[in-house]
Amino acid sequence: MKYSGKVHKFGADIDTDAIIPARYLNTFDPRELALHCMEDADPDFPQKVKPGDIIVADKNFGCGSSREHAPIAIKGAGVSCVIASSFARIFYRNAINIGLPILECEAAAEGIKAGDEVEIELENGHIKNLSSGEDFQAMPFPEFMQGIMAKGGLINYVKGK
Amino acid sequence: MGMTISQKILARHAGREMLEPGELINCQLDLVLGNDVTAPVAIAEFKKLGIDKVFDQSRVVLVPDHFTPNKDIKSAEQCKILRDFARQYEIENYFEIGQMGIEHCLLPEQGLVVPGDLVIGADSHTCTYGALGAFATGVGSTDMAAGMATGEAWFKVPESIKFVYYGRLPRWVGGKDLILQTIGDIGVDGARYMSMEFTGEVIENLSIDNRFTMANMAIEAGGKNGIFAADEITLDYVKKRAKRPFELYQSDPDAVYFDIKEYDVSQLEPVVAFPHLPENTRPVTEATHVSLDQVVIGSCTNGRIEDLEITASLLKGQKVHPEIRVIIFPGTREIYLEALRRGYIETFIEAGAVVSTPTCGPCLGGHMGILARGEKALATTNRNFVGRMGHPESEVYLASPAVAAASAVKGRITAPWELEPERGFHYEI
Ligand code: SF4
Repeated sequence: MKYSGKVHKFGADIDTDAIIPARYLNTFDPRELALHCMEDADPDFPQKVKPGDIIVADKNFGCGSSREHAPIAIKGAGVSCVIASSFARIFYRNAINIGLPILECEAAAEGIKAGDEVEIELENGHIKNLSSGEDFQAMPFPEFMQGIMAKGGLINYVKGK
Repeated sequence: MGMTISQKILARHAGREMLEPGELINCQLDLVLGNDVTAPVAIAEFKKLGIDKVFDQSRVVLVPDHFTPNKDIKSAEQCKILRDFARQYEIENYFEIGQMGIEHCLLPEQGLVVPGDLVIGADSHTCTYGALGAFATGVGSTDMAAGMATGEAWFKVPESIKFVYYGRLPRWVGGKDLILQTIGDIGVDGARYMSMEFTGEVIENLSIDNRFTMANMAIEAGGKNGIFAADEITLDYVKKRAKRPFELYQSDPDAVYFDIKEYDVSQLEPVVAFPHLPENTRPVTEATHVSLDQVVIGSCTNGRIEDLEITASLLKGQKVHPEIRVIIFPGTREIYLEALRRGYIETFIEAGAVVSTPTCGPCLGGHMGILARGEKALATTNRNFVGRMGHPESEVYLASPAVAAASAVKGRITAPWELEPERGFHYEI
């Protein structure tokens, strides 16, 4: 799977409340959640994000509660991939389980700037900054996990087995 | 290169000889757990799969403990989803109230978790079972659903941090103080993604109940799991309970650790975590100015028989402070009965405390002891986040049962030695 899009950049320790504030948790609908995605970190994000765009963030992305609403909101907003220096543990699991592609790569998180056009290949972890020409390498996911993401999440993946 | 206990357990369940930290693997699970808050969501996901049975009816555990006995109509509906599912899918380990207990006290006691196990639970404190030398970790509801269907889950192999405790553990200092001190040192994300491995001469002599307390709070440092090498103390506890054969693992001498932290505990005082993070720790003598409205003793952190023993030793012949509400929660029915036999329950009630049937109750601000605006509680639980036990402007202080019991008598945070310890009980490990 190849994805490419424009980069939205965020700092360190973006918590699940910043990704989707608790006041909107009365729904599980990805489209409704998307309307408030990242709102407390960047109020304009829901308006400016385009399908295929990529989030690049610093360390500990998704820390805080275990709510699956956080990756659902990002996926619902059309974001194709999140690249971060590191992810909080439960966010990491939940993202993969609901089928939101993520890549962990410190060099890319540092080297890529807001507004850059980036292309990623999930199979091998290649990250190409089309704006600067730089290449980065994230640890690729093994096949079965790529299978989960390709199927759009764990439940669909299990169903297909 | 050698492996840690955690890596060995994961390797065994992934059918592998060796594992490197950072690798992503698929593992066979020994047990899948859910409660009345998380299991209904997982059950809804499970039903989307359209399959007619769980992977193994004896290895799915459902415990309604958070809002039970049903606190309101909504929680009654949640519990009904569990009960109906358990009947329809013939789940062997569904614990109706009357048999139930707080899940993380109950599963080890029932012999459902044994050393060497790989366990996931849709509850962050699933890490408690590391006390038995099992790899146990909290997950989301989708993981639980898939786990119930397939008996498998994927993991990223964690690095390990080794915590070494040495010296002589002072009187009145126990597992709760060791883990609070550790979280205070490394911070609430100090062990993010990692296995916390607890070792050293102090740990080798630490009782199983104190080990449960420590493993329980690994998540409060961001840890994926907390783990102890199983030894004679573990076997004493496990042998009479285990429902399955088990395996004991040790870390290799040349196992690689991300970090090694050493603590000399000889001078350690009982520790209190101030609002609103478990890492805001101070020695008890720097907390004795804090007056209290409520004391809560119990939970999956400190609701076991030793916790009640030390509480009873301090409350015996005493009266709780007239301006304080004291609520005591035995972790399970078995613990409750044992406390009854030993006369602890009578001691508590005579002292002016109330004793509740096992439930999570006030630990998560659920029911049975919610705080009003501006009130302060000292609790033996594990989280003191904003609003955890009630009103967002209430405060929770975390400490051991010894500090909690002494504080119940004085009406303010109190060091246990202020209550004439020579009266009897000597808390030495
Ligand atoms: S006692 Fe508290 S921490 Fe433990 S499972 Fe219940 S709510 Fe969670």
